[in-house]
Amino acid sequence: MHEMSIALSVIEVVVDKAREEGGGRVTGIELVVGKLAGVQVESLRFCFDAATRDTLADGAELLIEESEGRGRCEACGERFAVTNFFARCPACGQFRVTVESGQELAVRSFTIE
Amino acid sequence: MCDTCGCSGDGGAVLRKPGVKGYHVHVGDEGGHHHHHEHSHDHHHGEVRKVQMEQDVLLQNNLLAERNRGWFEARRVLALNFLSSPGSGKTSILEKTIPALLEQCPVTVIEGDQQTTNDADRIDALGVPVIQVNTGTGCHLDAQMVQRAVKELDPPERSLVCIENVGNLVCPALFDLGEAAKVVVISVTEGEDKPLKYPTMFHEADLCLLNKTDLLPHVDFDPAKCREYAMQVNHHLEWIELSARTGEGFDEWIAWLNSKIAAL
Repeated sequence: MHEMSIALSVIEVVVDKAREEGGGRVTGIELVVGKLAGVQVESLRFCFDAATRDTLADGAELLIEESEGRGRCEACGERFAVTNFFARCPACGQFRVTVESGQELAVRSFTIE
Repeated sequence: MCDTCGCSGDGGAVLRKPGVKGYHVHVGDEGGHHHHHEHSHDHHHGEVRKVQMEQDVLLQNNLLAERNRGWFEARRVLALNFLSSPGSGKTSILEKTIPALLEQCPVTVIEGDQQTTNDADRIDALGVPVIQVNTGTGCHLDAQMVQRAVKELDPPERSLVCIENVGNLVCPALFDLGEAAKVVVISVTEGEDKPLKYPTMFHEADLCLLNKTDLLPHVDFDPAKCREYAMQVNHHLEWIELSARTGEGFDEWIAWLNSKIAAL
């Protein structure tokens, strides 16, 4: 359940920034979580409410954009969508894929009162 | 509540040393980011505005990990992060590895477990310095715990630091500790499809040790199949098969370590 420590990290990052911005109440947080980031979005949502309790972000709405994975075949150079790390290249059939995106785990923005 | 000093270190990690009764350090006691500052900005309550951030959630951990990495490199210390599910034989591998290395290179160990100093006690019996990090409810080590443990251990120049992570093939994959390489251990009593079931861990690893090969005659485990799955997830993964019980395969593993130590 690393989602709890990730939820706590999100709140820490946002609350620190919210203080810099005047310390108002945080009403919403927008995250980007790649489909290959190794984070279960449902668990993260579950942990979020507990992590926000008694902070500036208490009661904030959580918006998660799940970004798609993209890979490049090291054998033939083909670029294609991947949903896991053991993707087979659709062009040449090899498994020599380098994941180029889809591992993002970032706070995109938040809204503050 | 801490069972040693009674302080309210709920959920926080604690460092312990085998044989040193009463020794314990709460990770994060130094504070640093739990500051509350007074301010006199005007709050425009009721008016909602958006603040753009685009910040990596694990930035704090990653920055600390890079500090650890810089410290290790400056001291020419090889730090390895050992990862596996519980019971794959991480500690047994260390027990067999450390005596074989000690003549060439000092070794220190950081042990991660939720509770007990059992693994640290086993390493302590080898006569090398060891720190146990008890993560409490935590499922992984993080860069701050390692930074604190390294401060206590103070590993000598040109040495090896073995970091045995909490037994878990999921969570520790996401947390950079500042190690030079991640070594993932699996054993032949597990399913050969582990690399496909836990791809993030195998994708992040540099070397895979397949342990307990002495049991191969007794189990339905195809090492070639397992390796093929692992390579599908990470085609840069190095692969060594060994048995911590019989010592089979250790020549190759010790040679791998020696080549890394020689390059320090």
